[in-house]
Amino acid sequence: MSEREASPSGKGKLALYWAASCGGCEIAVLGIDDKILQVAEAFDIIFWPCVMDGKVRDVEKVPDKGIDLCLFNGGIRTSEQEYMARLLRRKSKVLVAFGSCAHEGCIPGLANLSSKEEIFQTAYHDTPSTDNPQGVEPQPETKVPEGTLHLPVFYDTLKTLDQTVPVDYYLPGCPPEPERIWDALTAILQGELPPPGSVIGATTTVCEECQRTRHEKKIKEFKRTWQIIPDPDTCLLEQGLICAGIATRAGCGALCPQVNSPCIGCYGPNEGVQDFGACMMSAIASVIDSDDPEEIERIIEQGIPDPVGTFYRFSLAHSLLRRGRLKGSGNGRVPVVADAAVEEG
Amino acid sequence: MSDETFEPRIVGFLCNWCSYRAADLAGTARIHYAPNVRIIRTMCTGRVDPTFVLKALALGADGVMIAGCHPGECHYLEQNFKALRRYQMLKHTLRALGIEEKRLRLQWASAAEGAQLAAAISEMTETVRRLGPLNWRDNWDEGDRYEQAIESLAREHAEALEVPA
Repeated sequence: MSEREASPSGKGKLALYWAASCGGCEIAVLGIDDKILQVAEAFDIIFWPCVMDGKVRDVEKVPDKGIDLCLFNGGIRTSEQEYMARLLRRKSKVLVAFGSCAHEGCIPGLANLSSKEEIFQTAYHDTPSTDNPQGVEPQPETKVPEGTLHLPVFYDTLKTLDQTVPVDYYLPGCPPEPERIWDALTAILQGELPPPGSVIGATTTVCEECQRTRHEKKIKEFKRTWQIIPDPDTCLLEQGLICAGIATRAGCGALCPQVNSPCIGCYGPNEGVQDFGACMMSAIASVIDSDDPEEIERIIEQGIPDPVGTFYRFSLAHSLLRRGRLKGSGNGRVPVVADAAVEEG
Repeated sequence: MSDETFEPRIVGFLCNWCSYRAADLAGTARIHYAPNVRIIRTMCTGRVDPTFVLKALALGADGVMIAGCHPGECHYLEQNFKALRRYQMLKHTLRALGIEEKRLRLQWASAAEGAQLAAAISEMTETVRRLGPLNWRDNWDEGDRYEQAIESLAREHAEALEVPA
């Protein structure tokens, strides 16, 4: 790889990009307040579509590894996003998966419970606000008199950035807290980076940051947040609320538990954990106060009506199974047999 | 792979103190049972992290069996009760992801119950055989299906530049 061509100002080059995400990460970057001026002192921002005009073809012209740092937020949902991920990977010395979507899929990743057809059915036909009498759906190719028009292909399964291209660092959070963004930028600016592939952040859990008092946990009934007003000083899990602080990486300062709301796991799994949901299931199951299979089943079924949304709210796309089952899976070779039919057999 | 030749791949997590010994006993007693289970010895069913089960399914297993000491007879006092709760929690989540719950089985088998364990393995093999292959990877692996759409973008960008000024 050729050395970066020094920009006229002698500064490094920074790119920021936004794929399948809500835009909160873009705002979070500005959450570092006036320190953004220090970023501008250290870097020429050459590409940031949310904030300034810029063309993809300008990025295409940058020599490979010509961008010093790229902060990429959002998951990969379309062929265009995959193209941009590959392009920015090729052009960037350091590629950072910025925020939960790029890191783990986040809320857009929950769409992995549905197929592309189901998503289109809801978005273009079923929602009350849809006015689509001709039943038009986006097509990757449309022929018009002037030629053929193209739209990006919409994938069945949302991928994370590191399922698409190699990623150097991860900055977790939905969105990352400004202090953590600044820590990461400082580390990058000073060249004090952890080994490639690391998550830039703490290696403890939210429980470490949480001020609530903890005792032995024994749960007879899980509660939803609207069912109780929790005691402000006691561990929320002990009060029956499913708090993901036990499995979630620290870094936010336990913001949610501070305001009497359980942690929902946006900072992702702690160091060394492969599957966030598996950790949650393991921990939550072990505090159930019953040895009777029927009672355990009742506690689980009544208390956790949406297990995927509870345990994988931010991490389904990055989990071991990645998604819900598609109809006609198993290569369509063998139809999915209903459990009931097996019951009889 | 057609229906006739489908041989389920089942991963078995057997506890060191009871079920692994039951499998040993089944072997020394020359009990016939389905050869479809790949046994992994763990010290206790309480050691079976849900991650193990998910990883097995993600990597190509068609079913997973967790087997350990009967309730109340755990070598580590009550860890098999934790295994029971985790198993039920896992089933609840797997169901929501569209995985038939019969692909996961919790089996109690003491060190003396080689025949029971063998029968359970054979029974589960037949159940999973009827369910068919899981092939989980096919749910998300799109291969190079979109390669053309991705590569055409660079070409389109280049063409767009050719607009006369």
